[in-house]
Amino acid sequence: MLVELGHFALVMAFVVAIAQTVLPLWGAQMGKRALMAVGEPAALVQLVLIAFSFGALTYAFVTSDFSLQVVVANSHTLKPMLYKVSGVWGNHEGSMLLWVLILALFGAAAALFGSNLPDTLRARVLGVQGSIGLAFLAFILFTSNPFTRLEFPPMNGEDLNPLLQDPGLAFHPPFLYLGYVGLSMTFSFAVAALLEGRVDAAWGRWVRPWTLAAWIFLTIGIGLGSWWAYYELGWGGFWFWDPVENASFMPWLFAAALLHSAIVVEKREALKSWTILLAILAFGFSLIGTFLVRSGVITSVHAFANDPERGIFILMILAFFMGGALLLFSLRANVMSAKGVFSMVSRESALVVNNILLAVAALVVFTGTIWPLVAEAFWARKLSVGAPFFNAAFTPFFTMLAVVLPIGAILPWKRARLGAALKRLIPALILTLAVMGLIWSMQTQKTLLAPIGLGLGTWVVAGAIQDIVLKLGKNRNLSRLFRLPRADWGRLFAHGGLGITIAGIAGLTAWTVEDIRVVQIGETFDVAGYTITLDAVERKQGPNYLTTMAAMSVFEGPQKVATLHPEKRSYPVAQMPTTEAGIDNGFLRDVYLVIGDVQSNGGWAVRTYIKPLANWIWGGTLIMAFGGVLSLTDRRYRVAAGARKKSLASAPKGVPAE
Amino acid sequence: MKRLILALALLLATPLYAVQPDEVLPDPVMESRAREISQGLRCLVCRNENIDESNATLAKDLRLLVRERLVAGDSNEETVAYIVDRYGEYVLLKPTLTGANKLLWIAGPAMLIIALGIGFGFLRRRQSEPEQSELTDDEEKRLQALLND
Repeated sequence: MLVELGHFALVMAFVVAIAQTVLPLWGAQMGKRALMAVGEPAALVQLVLIAFSFGALTYAFVTSDFSLQVVVANSHTLKPMLYKVSGVWGNHEGSMLLWVLILALFGAAAALFGSNLPDTLRARVLGVQGSIGLAFLAFILFTSNPFTRLEFPPMNGEDLNPLLQDPGLAFHPPFLYLGYVGLSMTFSFAVAALLEGRVDAAWGRWVRPWTLAAWIFLTIGIGLGSWWAYYELGWGGFWFWDPVENASFMPWLFAAALLHSAIVVEKREALKSWTILLAILAFGFSLIGTFLVRSGVITSVHAFANDPERGIFILMILAFFMGGALLLFSLRANVMSAKGVFSMVSRESALVVNNILLAVAALVVFTGTIWPLVAEAFWARKLSVGAPFFNAAFTPFFTMLAVVLPIGAILPWKRARLGAALKRLIPALILTLAVMGLIWSMQTQKTLLAPIGLGLGTWVVAGAIQDIVLKLGKNRNLSRLFRLPRADWGRLFAHGGLGITIAGIAGLTAWTVEDIRVVQIGETFDVAGYTITLDAVERKQGPNYLTTMAAMSVFEGPQKVATLHPEKRSYPVAQMPTTEAGIDNGFLRDVYLVIGDVQSNGGWAVRTYIKPLANWIWGGTLIMAFGGVLSLTDRRYRVAAGARKKSLASAPKGVPAE
Repeated sequence: MKRLILALALLLATPLYAVQPDEVLPDPVMESRAREISQGLRCLVCRNENIDESNATLAKDLRLLVRERLVAGDSNEETVAYIVDRYGEYVLLKPTLTGANKLLWIAGPAMLIIALGIGFGFLRRRQSEPEQSELTDDEEKRLQALLND
């Protein structure tokens, strides 16, 4: 019964979405307040209905209601509760429901927090948001209904893919979707602004928090996915340039570009049309990502059960929203005259460079991702584009970005002198060169990767710290630290986090030590300064799997560092094995152990990795996200909202430069 | 990331794990050459996974084939060419610089140059345009009058 109510709520949400799309947009065009006012209650009702529907599906999963097709295909009575819940979005239908739930959540948030927006802009934002919801609700109801019942329910389910039965991956999709779908807000703002025919500093200020929020969620989501791959796939890789990873990375790059260019709109009223275009593209690439993952045009194991019909439906959604928005953009771009004037060397110019590098990097990823399709369609060549290509083609962009970043971040607005800026960065530069020299001389293998990568990381981190130090003024007045706006701290952490991630990637890639061997129980072996003993191997039973678990002691000299338990699990229902690496996390290195099969001589295949700086990759990612949170809670977003209410009549004009 | 799923589902009735101890060549230099080559070759039955990381039986066969060729005295290039001859260019994770693939390789630098050109043109225009005042002409006149007093 609850299932039918859930289905019914989804149909009702579809009807409400029609109202939310048509009435406010029409009202805003006609200047009818009553129609415009429909937007807010509609957005809230939409959220309630979809949340109910999602709750109904969750209930079906939790109670193992095997009369539902998706529950049978993705659950099992023995599965732990956490994965019964995460199983809701561990499949195509349920994850689409999560998609529209988050879409409705953002719509409702815009309705609740949008009281400071001009009436017509708010109505249009909610209308556009409603139309996206409408399209995806139609997609669910017509092609991917999660509430399909089975005539003859089986006794038990087929279990969730064991690789997905992991805490890291349980929360990876919700964060990713919060990011993808969060970009729908910036899209709605962009289209609403085009309909209004006006983009000003205030628009920049309204749109930036939404972009930041989406970017924060995407950062965490991508970080979680990468961390999961590191410990779950059994050999410690952290990024594979898989089409599905690329699908989340492209919107991240565009969102990063957008949140920088929105600063220029906010502070200097320049780059307006470019920012609008970026807002459209960022969401466009999240839709492209959705299309790639769900249509089956690009095969990836990440992808959910593919279906051409669904692919075509998403392609139509993509064509409608991108085509419509870009057409509107080409008609209206000329009304967005830029105001701020700035010289060739200035913060504005540096942010233009940032945007160029990020956007082109995203397009390079896009080209590589779809190239196999293009090559097959036009030249009948079946070929692959894998990690070696992306590493070669993408890395230069982030190298350039890291070189330019500290300089750009300390340039003043409007007019600057490059020499003066570089002079202020001399301490950071000296530190960078010292680190590079030290690493070069310490390395046993003379590769350039580590000195350059760690040097770049140092440069970015030191530059970010230097930026804060310079804000203290000539006499290093420490009390100023407490009066700095949070946005400044946000910048420190976001940029510093990026530097740490870059250093981590370089260290891990350059210095990983690998050892593969057959080990008898009780035998001891040495790897890169560590002495490791295979103490025992046991077979055990988990809640829904069988496991072969080893106990291994790791010594550094006479000192015992850790006892690790690498496992090999076998899930009988899904008939799949997984590896659970035994990892000793450290600040400077991870010791990473994997147990393999028993060999003919009674020994066990054991793989050992020493992974230097591994945790810096995800630590840096978290710090980046934290920087985003600090920026998001900056005073100007909290206070300005209330202040603007009073001066709503006289729309705010340009905001003076810093 | 989850490229393993299909491979595992199809092939792991008897689970194998990438590079087994018995595959490793006694000569460490040759082994590291083999690893380097393996990382550039695609496991054909997997999705976007190289043979060095793959657990599939086919990947194991290819790894052994690579090592066989190296032991037989082939150079890295000859080994790769040998495998491409048999499995087609689909096996290469790094597309060659032949024919239409030139477009793929040139796309990044070309887009960057174009974008920098457009950006540069935009910045020059920004620089030369007169600053638009927030004040209307009337207000500007009054301001000037006040300043002149």
